[in-house]
Amino acid sequence: MNVVVMGCGRVGARIASILDHNGHHVTVIDTQHRAFRRLSSDFGGETLIGTGIDEDVLRTAGIEKAHAFVAVTNGDNRNIMAAQVARLVFEVPEVICRIYDPVREDTYRRLGLGTVCPTTTISAQILDQVIGTSSVITASRGGES
Amino acid sequence: MYIIVVGGGKVGYYLTQTLLAEDYEVLLIERDREKVDVFVERLGAVVIAGDGAEASTLMAAGAGRADAVVAVTGEDEDNLVICQMAKQKFQVGRTIARVNNPKNERLFALLGIDVTVSQTNYILNLIEQSIPEASFVHLLSLRHADLAIVEAKITASSAVAHKTIGEIEFPVNCVVVAVDRGIELIVPTPTTELQPGDDIIAVAHRDQEGQLRRLLVAS
Repeated sequence: MNVVVMGCGRVGARIASILDHNGHHVTVIDTQHRAFRRLSSDFGGETLIGTGIDEDVLRTAGIEKAHAFVAVTNGDNRNIMAAQVARLVFEVPEVICRIYDPVREDTYRRLGLGTVCPTTTISAQILDQVIGTSSVITASRGGES
Repeated sequence: MYIIVVGGGKVGYYLTQTLLAEDYEVLLIERDREKVDVFVERLGAVVIAGDGAEASTLMAAGAGRADAVVAVTGEDEDNLVICQMAKQKFQVGRTIARVNNPKNERLFALLGIDVTVSQTNYILNLIEQSIPEASFVHLLSLRHADLAIVEAKITASSAVAHKTIGEIEFPVNCVVVAVDRGIELIVPTPTTELQPGDDIIAVAHRDQEGQLRRLLVAS
């Protein structure tokens, strides 16, 4: 499977390294060259310096032949924009983006974007360990209209 | 009419100031609190601190009753998400985004932004229009940027001069809608003959704009 990963932080580097280890063809994009040091030492995929919100950069990364696109930079809006480009312009079958803001995550999930919200998942995990899932009453989301 | 401006850079600041002077109800959202304090001193209590892409900020700004949200930060991804959040969560009727990378104009239209403003393209158009040699000028991109209105000057050496509209083999998806002959504006028919000095206005699909350009400026 061809996978393009945007953002080579802890999460991006881990995803890229594991996919590569499992025999998939991976291209990682990051604006900083030094970010690629986080990849495992035997990483055999490709690295590309640039921003994933630029269509030309995505093309160079092989987005046109990608089966999946993963947007995991630290910027919610950057991930959202890149994911929409991958889905609507390049019609990548599987698109996942990380959105820290739960309200934004909810909005874009409703729009059909593949989203992951670490804030809600991690909160749920911690709450589960502290008081047990069954007793958790979800707090109303800030800003919900 | 209530307008929310997001992004207190030079564009956002002067836009807010101008809209206020025109008697619009305006609110400026800026992330940097220190800037907000300065703006409040200069513009009055029409500036709030916050992230315009966050629903809570838009809510506090009263986005639900806004007629338009204008996102003019320096980052295209922020402008895109601000407008999409305003539309999706607050049903704002009109969203206007500044695009810094002109390539994003088309993309933003595809993603549902009502109006995009590209300074780069705007300046480029002004340059093209002010250079007399430019015989083919892109005037306007229409909805979703798939159609363009262009203007071309017919010179004595143009290959299409002295030919009728019916004789000229136009590319597909291109229509001449008007011929400006100085004193009269003609709505052309197949028998209308193009004369040197005519300015013709045509509508072209963006894919054929280049072909039309080559046809009309060729000698």
